Amino acid sequence: MSQHTNSTVIIDTGCANLSSVRYAFERLTKDVVVSDDHRVIKTADRVVLPGVGTAGAAMASLKNKQLVELIQSLKQPVLGVCLGMQMMTDKSKELGGRDSSNKAVDERTLGEKTTCECLGLIPTSITDLDSKGLPLPHMGWNQISPSSHPLFNDIPEGSYLYFVHSYKAPLSEFTIATCEYGEHFSAAIAKDNFMGVQFHPEKSAEVGSRILSNFLAMNTQTFNQALNQTSWQLNRESRT
Amino acid sequence: MLAKRIVPCLDVKDGKVVKGVQFRNHEIVGDIVPLAARYAEEGADELVFYDITASAHDRVIDKSWVSRVAEQIDIPFCVAGGIKSIEQAREKLAFGADKISINSPALTDPSLIERLQDEFGRQCIVIGIDSYYDATSDSYKVKQFTGDAAATRDTQWFTQDWVQEVQQRGCGEIVLNVMNQDGVRQGYDLKQLSIVRELCDVPLIASGGAGTMAHFKDVFEIAKVDAALAASVFHKGIIDIQELKRYLSAQHIAIRY
Repeated sequence: MSQHTNSTVIIDTGCANLSSVRYAFERLTKDVVVSDDHRVIKTADRVVLPGVGTAGAAMASLKNKQLVELIQSLKQPVLGVCLGMQMMTDKSKELGGRDSSNKAVDERTLGEKTTCECLGLIPTSITDLDSKGLPLPHMGWNQISPSSHPLFNDIPEGSYLYFVHSYKAPLSEFTIATCEYGEHFSAAIAKDNFMGVQFHPEKSAEVGSRILSNFLAMNTQTFNQALNQTSWQLNRESRT
Repeated sequence: MLAKRIVPCLDVKDGKVVKGVQFRNHEIVGDIVPLAARYAEEGADELVFYDITASAHDRVIDKSWVSRVAEQIDIPFCVAGGIKSIEQAREKLAFGADKISINSPALTDPSLIERLQDEFGRQCIVIGIDSYYDATSDSYKVKQFTGDAAATRDTQWFTQDWVQEVQQRGCGEIVLNVMNQDGVRQGYDLKQLSIVRELCDVPLIASGGAGTMAHFKDVFEIAKVDAALAASVFHKGIIDIQELKRYLSAQHIAIRY
């Protein structure tokens, strides 16, 4: 398995909590670095876009580091985690500052400006998770229905992953795994070499570790072969 | 389906895991990292580390163990104890803690909750509440500085009011520790937890009183909490986490196994 010696770069987004993602990869490979250096990112075999906080703040940080165009130009596999996934979409309703509890107030005071422009790598957008009265944030271990996407090789239907979020990517043709909390939403999305997971694989015990291993097994070739495939088959659909 | 979480709590004092009865007479139960690793392997869904001396003694927890835990443990964990500022919180999160829990400092300065939330997002801000049943006034009240028996004091807050206050200020989760029940293993205070559950729109973790596997079933079924925290039953081997999860699963409670 010589692929695991290839380099993986975790983009230093300027958010505080990068350690967990780094530690999780370090448990699987020696060749992982955290960097915001354009050359290092560009030449990596695969790239991880982490993120904790709000989409507004994280996008501001990427712009500040002039990383937006660089990320958009990447051809190698790129994995967004949690907010990193949300940032891969066209836009997000999650701005900075106080969010969930004061949504109504935010929308009134902010008028037109109720969305944050994101990276536009996967054509979908982030909206509030409608938990139908269940506690928010959606926090804890929930089950997913994975698709045939290579990120979910050997991940059984109903596997538990750790989630913490109040916003979601809705189901779309770019959904590669689903989850349910009040409503069905995308547990993971992908387009070409870009993929994002709403859950935290770095905090999801063995199952999460297997997903990260699957990512480490990918390279540019993985998606050259599959480039014509616009959507990955969900188990749910294959069963019916 | 979202699983109910089983959360072992490791009270930390001088770099060791300790446990006392009703917050007193602490005895050492083991080293932090090996105990944390053991619980993770046994199926704990999350871990909480409370430095019980920090708030009362006006010092910050030694943070080196936070990154050692984060390096080795692949489940979420929360760090509590003496976090009074944005910088202290940032440090714990940077070392790999998933959440930080604030208790006494939030009572001293409730605006801390808003500031932390603005900076890090509500998902990693947990508020710990030490609540007790006050028989004289027949009400639930909040105590402060419970890490040290000599420093512990009453506050002016009724528990229900404080629960609403901390949510308005932007916490992402509440740990309700019922002090009359702590360490005595007579069961969670289902009545109080049910009252708080009604007021609580964020995830609620029950703490204090777990003694048998049926206590866990009751707190999930009756008080409808999202997670149940316990310490002594796990540290002393009274309840095995795997066995507990098998039992709860057989009782049709959503459990990760």
